[in-house]
This record gives sequence, C-alpha cells and structure tokens, in this order.
Amino acid sequence: MLEHLLALQVVLPMMAAPLIVLVRNRDFAWLATTAVSYACLVIAIALFSRVAESGPLSYALGSWPPPWGIEYRVDALSGFVLVLVSLTAAFVAPYAQRSIAAEVAPDRQYLMYAMYCLCLAGLLGITVTGDAFNLFVFLEISSLSTYVLIALGTRRKALVAAYQYMLMGTVGATLYVIGVGLLYLMTGTLNLGDMAQRLQAVDELRPVLAALAFITVGIGLKLALFPLHQWLPNAYAYAPSMATAFIAATATKVSVYVLLRFYFTVFDPAPIFERLPTREVFIALSVAAMVTASLIAVFEQDVKRLFAYSSVAQIGYITLGIGLENQASLTGSITHLLNHGVTKGAIFVLLGGVVLRAATPGVTVAGLAGLARRMPLTAFGLVIAGLSLIGVPGTAGFVSKWYLILGAIERGLWWLVLVIVATSLIAVAYVWRVVEAAYFRGSEEESRRAEAPAGMLVAALAMAALCVYFGFDTSFSVGGAADAAEFLLRGTR
Amino acid sequence: MNTAAYLGYWFTIFLMVGGLYILIARGNLLKKLIGLAVFQTSVYLLYVAPGKLIGGTAPIVAEGFTRYSNPLPHVLILTAIVVGVATLALGLAITVRIREAYGTVEEDEILERDRADGE
Repeated sequence: MLEHLLALQVVLPMMAAPLIVLVRNRDFAWLATTAVSYACLVIAIALFSRVAESGPLSYALGSWPPPWGIEYRVDALSGFVLVLVSLTAAFVAPYAQRSIAAEVAPDRQYLMYAMYCLCLAGLLGITVTGDAFNLFVFLEISSLSTYVLIALGTRRKALVAAYQYMLMGTVGATLYVIGVGLLYLMTGTLNLGDMAQRLQAVDELRPVLAALAFITVGIGLKLALFPLHQWLPNAYAYAPSMATAFIAATATKVSVYVLLRFYFTVFDPAPIFERLPTREVFIALSVAAMVTASLIAVFEQDVKRLFAYSSVAQIGYITLGIGLENQASLTGSITHLLNHGVTKGAIFVLLGGVVLRAATPGVTVAGLAGLARRMPLTAFGLVIAGLSLIGVPGTAGFVSKWYLILGAIERGLWWLVLVIVATSLIAVAYVWRVVEAAYFRGSEEESRRAEAPAGMLVAALAMAALCVYFGFDTSFSVGGAADAAEFLLRGTR
Repeated sequence: MNTAAYLGYWFTIFLMVGGLYILIARGNLLKKLIGLAVFQTSVYLLYVAPGKLIGGTAPIVAEGFTRYSNPLPHVLILTAIVVGVATLALGLAITVRIREAYGTVEEDEILERDRADGE
C-alpha cells in the first residue's frame, strides 16, 4: 500500500475532478476538494519524510519498469515541492467556499472546484513524474485548468487575461516539447534519469544545446522569467481571488522546479554554467526583474496587480539563486519557493476577503483606505505578510534572502548584495503604500466593522502565521531546501 | 550532407516559424489561434518524421523483416494532438466569451474598449 502513495498523490485529485462534475453539487464539490487537498498534504508529508530517511523513492506506473514505462520519482527536491503545493492547496481549499460563492455564478461553482482539482493534479504530477513527456502532459493539464480558472473572473478583462496567458503558456509548453523532442532524438529515451546518463555519451552537442535553449525559454515563459512575464500581472489581477491565491503560490514555483530538474539532474550542469554565459544571463535577467518589477509595483494602483508585479520581482530572487549556482544560493532559491509561496498565498487570500467586502470588483490602493478599522484582522495579516515580502528579520522572507546574500558573497559578487538590499527597500515602498492606506487614511464615520468571514480569516491568518513561523523555525524550510540543493549539486562537483 | 535528407526538418522549421509569426503579427484572436495550431503542428512533424526509417515496416515482429520504424513517437504525438485539440477548444471557447463580452475579436478594439472603461 505504502509504495502506491506516489501514484495516489496524483490520482486522488485527478479522480476528484470528474466526480465533482458528475455530482454537480457545489457543497459536495467543496467537501471533495477539501478532503482531497488534505489527503494530498498527508501523502506529501509522508513521502517527504520517507525520502529524508531512506533516499529517493521510485514507482513504476502500471508495473512497467523504467526506462520503458513511466516512472514516478520523489527525491529531496520534488518531495519539498510536493509539500509546498499541497500545503497551499490545504489552506486555500477550505477558504474557497465563501470566496467562490461570492465571485462565481452558482451554476458554475462546481466546475470551478473541478478545475481546481485538475490544476492540483497537474502541478503534483509535474513534480512527481520522472518522465519528460509525461511532465509535458501534466504541464498542460495544470495550465489548461489555470486558464479556465482565470477566465471565471468576474470582470470581462479576465477573459482577455486568460486568452493572453493561454497563448503565452501554450507557446511555452510547445517550446518545451520541442526541446524534449530534440533530447529524445539524441538519446532515444524519455526517462529523465536515463536521459541524463545517455546524454553523457552524446558527442554531437549542438542539438543538445538547442534543446537546452528551447527548454529554458519554454519553461521561462511558464515561470514568468523576466522579460517573459507579460501574462502574469493581468492573469493574477483578474482571476477569482481563490484562483489567484492558489496559482500565485504554486504554479510559477513548480515551473522553477522543472528548470532546476533539467539544469542540474538531466543536463550536465558543468558545461551549462562553465562554457555558456548561463550564469551571467540568469543574474542579469533576475536583477532586471527585481528592479523593474518592484519599481512598477510602487506606482501600480490596483492592489492585486501591485502584488502580481511583486511576484515577478520575487521570482527574480529565485532565479538569481539558480544563476549563482552554489550551495548557499540554491538553498536560498529553494527556501524562497516555499517562503514566497506562503507569503504571497497569505496576501492574496487576505485580499480575497477584502474583495468580498468591497463594493467594486477591483480593489485599488485608495480603496484600502480605513481598512484597519473596517477589517482589523485582515489589515494586521497584510502587515505581517508584507513584512515577510520585504524580508524583515524574524519573517520567512528574511531567511531566504539571507541565504541568497551568502551565495552572492561566496561568488565574490558584492554588488549583488547591494542590489538585494536595494530591491528590498523598494519593496518597503510598495508595501508601505498598502499599509499607509489601510492604517492612516479614511475617516472615522464611514468605517463600519465588516471583517471577512471566519472561515476565510482562519486560513488567511494561519498562512500569515506560517510567514513568521518559517522566520524562526527553519528546520523544515531551510533543512529541506539544503538537502535538495545538496542533491542537485552532488552531480556538479 | 544533402538537403533532401533534412527535408522533414525544413518543413518543421517553416511551420514553426510561420505559426509563431501569425501568432505574433495578427491582431484577430481567431487568426492568432490558427497560428498557434500551426505552431503546434510543427512539433508533431518534428517527432514523427525521424521515427520513420526508409525501408522500415510497422513494428510487428514477423519473418523476413529486420528494419522497423519507431512506434513510440506516434504514441507521443497522439497524446500531443489531444493536448493541442483541448487547447484549441479552450481557446475558441474563450474567444466566444470575449466576443459576447466585448462585441469584437480584434485585439486593438478590445484594448480600446478597456481604455474607454477608464482603466
């Protein structure tokens, strides 16, 4: 039974989706979604702890042994990402009920839950599979359901945002398949582990480098690597609140995982980083993302767009760690996957509550005026998550940035330390705009207390509490990330 | 090195670049989807063409045959075609919804109407 957990991790949410569509009842849909999300979390934690004890787990799907059959494989890195995805799902699912009830037409609500389950199945599938083509299929399962989730937004701009994301996302996925196709032509295998071994014997490097380029650009589109991030702000801003919270915390992170997987375990990292200017390119794009996206966020009026641009900047920190490519920086990157996921998840979940109580479908910075009086707990949660976004000591954001700075120092790139600190200061500016509007603006009389529903608030504040928890107890976040980074780098040296 | 041996690749590149060009250059949402479909089709060719060996038969073990074509790319591409169909269907569905909401499928007119909303 226990060895089937790897398959169940994906099969449970995938089976829940058609079941929800068949039953066509929104309460059942919500119950099934919540149950599946929690089951996934339990499975993910079980897998993660077993990997920490006894090394990578492998599962031959349909008992066809790899490399012929599809292999599901969990190692230190994918175990960590599994926990991140299912943890977010477990927080968002119970919260979703009120938010979806308010934002989506009653006859479409069960479909939204079905899409959410499919998206979860896709994201978990990407993480757990050890097969390059299977990964593409899961990538498209998660992406297609994400487009639908975004298109269900209340404003008509959501449709255009979903359409644009669909074009960019499909191009990205197709570029990825082209890369995989070239690798298949060179190696004759699709199993990632097998492919890595056979690539060492390949003499003709040009198709392999072309494959590397296709996969980098394709996955770069999916993870919103600057300047391929154009789809992200609108998609996050106009999607239903619950979809934004889930996607912002997980989708781009899983794409980063795919990039890490290909760079460090499939391709030989030494030539990628030594003979090509990969390091320089990643550092340049990451710095550009951190600086420009943060600056745009400072001047953005729509709150959800503001935090969406902040996401682009935060992805810059994550890719910076990949570019620096040492133990400390990769630990920082992988920790930031979790820390930023929890932080951004908390922020968008809280904003979901604000949207629920707001008269207009969009929330501007000016519209947050007096929030601290109307919704004191929500405003407090936003402050905590905002501090974590900036990277104030004692919050999760600080821990990952600390490791990134260590990684930059180890490479002798002192100017990068300055850039990280400077962009954190820009983050202070845009977080302050939100805090200032919530606490210091708005008049007394117009502020009637109308806190978000308890169910939503509990999930939101629990995520905000995690931002602080991971700032103090780093045994899971940094411990797991350091194991993953060591696993990735073992091949390098 | 003869061009004929690489003909499949030239077709692939032509479809790939052509599809991508339509996708980027056209402002009509339906034409963009056509470009996307052409772009995806190029991948089918990229996978399937090298799987065929000249003189190879279907991969059914029988006497008198020693060269077999590789069946795996076909299986993969069947999956990719299904994904492509799903993407296209979803794209068309979203386009229909956009037409209902905006009354047009031209990108510049949609942007204009959004700007008229005051955003």
